[in-house]
This record gives sequence, structure tokens and C-alpha cells, in this order.
Amino acid sequence: MKHGVRLIVFYSGLLGLWAILAKLKLWPPYLFPTPWGVGESLYAGFADHSFWIAIGTSMQRVLIGYAISVILGMCLGLGVASNKFLEETLGGLLVSLQSLPSICWWPLALLWFGLSQNAILFVVIMGSLLSVTMAMEDGRKQMPKIYGMAGRNLGARGFPLFWHVLLPASLPYIVSGLKQGWAFAWRSLITAEMLYMSLGLGQILMMGRDLSDMNQVIAVMVLIVAIGYVVDGLVFKGLERHLQRKWGLLPST
Amino acid sequence: MTTAPQSFPNDHRSPTRGNLSRGRGTGAAVLPLPVRAAAGVPKVELQGISLSYKTEKGTRLLALDNIDLKVQPGEFLCIVGPSGCGKSTLLHLIAGLHHPTSGKVFIDSKQVSEPGTDRILIFQELGLFPWLKVGENVEFGMRMKGLSKAERKERTEHYLRLVHLAQFKDSYTHQLSGGMRQRVALARALATEPDVLLMDEPFAALDAQTRDLLHDELERIWAETGRTIIFVTHNVREAVRLGDRVALITFRPGRVKREFVIDLPRPRHLEDISVAQTAREILDELRGEINRSLEVEYHEGVRPHVDPGAEQ
Repeated sequence: MKHGVRLIVFYSGLLGLWAILAKLKLWPPYLFPTPWGVGESLYAGFADHSFWIAIGTSMQRVLIGYAISVILGMCLGLGVASNKFLEETLGGLLVSLQSLPSICWWPLALLWFGLSQNAILFVVIMGSLLSVTMAMEDGRKQMPKIYGMAGRNLGARGFPLFWHVLLPASLPYIVSGLKQGWAFAWRSLITAEMLYMSLGLGQILMMGRDLSDMNQVIAVMVLIVAIGYVVDGLVFKGLERHLQRKWGLLPST
Repeated sequence: MTTAPQSFPNDHRSPTRGNLSRGRGTGAAVLPLPVRAAAGVPKVELQGISLSYKTEKGTRLLALDNIDLKVQPGEFLCIVGPSGCGKSTLLHLIAGLHHPTSGKVFIDSKQVSEPGTDRILIFQELGLFPWLKVGENVEFGMRMKGLSKAERKERTEHYLRLVHLAQFKDSYTHQLSGGMRQRVALARALATEPDVLLMDEPFAALDAQTRDLLHDELERIWAETGRTIIFVTHNVREAVRLGDRVALITFRPGRVKREFVIDLPRPRHLEDISVAQTAREILDELRGEINRSLEVEYHEGVRPHVDPGAEQ
């Protein structure tokens, strides 16, 4: 309850400050949009369905891209964690590649896939693959060795050992990495969409820029943040809490 | 050393135990001694098992040195030794989880080098899977073996009943007490129906009452199922309480110093004078080794241990 009150106070304060600055008209409205202007823009966008379509398109892309990078990242991460040669070679390469913003892959993606959805997916995958891979590798290493031994001892080996023991045992350790991978995927997607006429949220944002409609720019930014927050807060927090409860790390209700 | 710990009568039992009694004063039948075919084919045979590895300082440590052991079918062998002597490692080697530097492990005269469900190890830390329910934990080995669903269900129920945990089938392991978790591990190991049970200090972390209770249950289950058991402990009295034979392992390098045949009648109790006297005899033999282990601990500031996974 107290937490909620604090949040309300904080955000109404922020909005109030914004409203006062806008009311003072220190800058012309095309440079400094007003809260009510952004509100109207949000309303209009949802009313003519353009925001819904953009959200749907962007979500579809990010989900496909993220799913692919989770699957690939799991395989890569496990490979790196279980093989000394791969760890020393590929592991080092992956760490250094992490400093590369995923949008750097954009020119290459355009050449390979043309101006298409696939180019965007490629950038999304390159954005999140590395964090998922490294999360998986860390999870596999941090996971108590006893589970792997117990699994082998009970006759599990090969894929069943991975699927029934190693993967669930390392889940609590890789959730935070999966979360980070999601954040990277989402950011890469928006960046890529801004560079290409593509119906997604990024394109609407750029459209706002082209029309000098700062209200729309801010409205889309609000949407991007809100979606990121909802996925993080609902999906990943929920998953984390579920795992902790199941693992007995939290007092069960 | 010879003072008997306080004895606890039946009142500490959980109600799930029903009318099973511990034997003393209740006229319970003496458990049958397993047939010990002295000249028969041993169930487990270790031939010249040695293990050495490089420590972090770069020196070589000879952890186990030329260990020969034979365990007969249905025998209950206890292995005792000071901490860090490699007795747990020996179990891991038998289980096939690690490989010795030299030497061979035979089960029914067949050499083994990989894990197999003919011998199941119960780890000191148990290694129960927290993401599975109690019943699913017990089922795990059978699932890996590819048994049918109906059979798995039936056997899971059977072995959970055997350890008196039938109504906890759908609980998670973290909801259980230490003693109950121990019994889940026992049921999980038994459910794959291995010929050999390897137990690594399974009761070390339990309180005295729970341990007493589990001694009784283990002895009963052993008598009922006829399994061969190799039980590692640092508690000599526990070894005498449970074992047909006690093998004493020395400290660095680990060698079999002496074997003691325990032919005290069963059921035995930790508080029995005969158990205490036999334990005393073994302890006298062991004392030098314990002192050397403690010296290393004080000298190096760390508990001595053998790292079977280290670079060989």
C-alpha cells in the first residue's frame, strides 16, 4: 500500500512538473510537447487502431526473434559451458562481441535478407543471443554439481540428462539472463524498425519525427517503455517468483 | 567415548510409522542375518583402486592407494575413516561418477566404468531435485529406464510406503524435514531396484532421534529387500550399529587398514554395550588417523578433502 502511494506521489509530481514547464511556454510546443497533447495523441492513435497494429506487429517480431535466440542461445551456452575448448575460444569471442551494438549488424542484414522482416529479425536475434548464451553458460556453471551427478547416477545421460536435470536445475540462475536478453531484443527491434518502413512501433515514432509531431513521438516512447515494463514486471518477475517458490527459496504460501 | 547417548523410547516417532517397533522390549523378531556366501562371487569387487590428482598448489596428492575390497551379495559393509581420507570418493568411483587413476571396479565380476542403475549412490547432500515433487523424484530413475507409467506409479507408491511417506507424494522436497528428505532419497534410490546401495554419510546432518529412527528403517528395508549396502560414515558407532563388516580407511593415502567382522546379534542399538565396546576397539585403531587428519586441518586451516573431479 505504502509502495503504491509513493509511486502515485512520484508520478503525479513528475507529470505536474512537466505540465508547469509546458504551461510556462518557455519553448514552442513543437519543441516541448505538453502532457495533454501527448494524451490526445495516445487516444487518437488507439482510436484509429494504428497503435494497436503497430504493437501487434512489433510484439510478433520480438517474440519470434526472442524465441529463436533463446533456443540458439541455450545450445550455444551449454556447448560453451561443457567444453573447455569452446569455452576458451568461442566463449572469449562471445564476450567481446557483446560490446557491439546489435544495430551494427543492420547493413549486413540488409545485404543478406533485403529490406524485409527477416532483416529485422536478424538484428533482434543478434541483439539478444549473446546475453542468453552467456546467461545459459553462467547458469550451467553456477548450478550445483550435485544435480548433474544425481541425474547420471539415476541413469540419465545425453539429451534426457539435459532436458530433465541440467536445464531445470539451472533455470533459477538463467532467468535474469533471459530477462536481459528480452530487454536487448526489445531495444534492437525498435532501433531496427526506426530504420525501415515497417509498420511497427519504431516506424510510427519516426513518422512522428517526419511530421514534426512531437506529441506522437513522446506517445510512442511511452508505449515502448510501458510494454517493456509490463513484460518485465509481469512475465519475468512472475517467472522468478514462481521458480523461487517451487525451489523453496521463498516461504511458500 | 563409551558413555551411551541418551536413549529415546518410541514416543518420538511420527504417527506415520504405525505400529512398527524398534525391537527393544517389544519382542520384535531378530532380523535375519543375510546369507554370506563366503566363497561365492562377490557382488562388488574393487581391485587395486588408486586415485591421485594435482592439487591447486601443483603438487600431486595420492588420495587412494591400492584399495582392494570384496563385498558379498546382501552384505552390509561400512567404511569408516577420518574426514578427508577419500571414503566418499571411493563411493563415487564405485558409482562410476569418477574414474580412478588405476584399478578396476567389478559388479558381479563384470567391470564397470560408467554410472549404472545396478548401483545407486545416495549422496551426502542427497541431490533431490527441488523442481520435482516427492513422487516425481522417486519416479525419476524409473522414467530414465523407460518403465511404463503404470509400473512407475505402482512402484513409486510401494517405495514411498516403505519409507512411510505415502501421503507426501505431492509435496515438494523443501517442505519436508531433514529426516523425511533422507527417506525420499532412500526411496528414490530403491525405486530403480539396484542390487547395490551406496550411501555416503547419509545421516550425518540429522538429529540423534531421527538418526536412530532411520537406522531402524534402513536395517528393516535392507532385511526386506536383500540389497547389498556399502555405507560410508565417520561415526564408528553407527558403523558397528549397522554393518556386517567395517572397513577402516587410513588418511592420505587412503588404504584399507583393517577390516572388522561385526557378528553382534541384530537388531542392535547405538546404546548397546557390545556396540560401544566394538566401536571402542575400532576407534583405538582409528585414532592415529584422526589425529593426522586434524593436524592437516589445523596446519592448512582448511578441512582436508579429496577432490575426485580434479585434474588427474
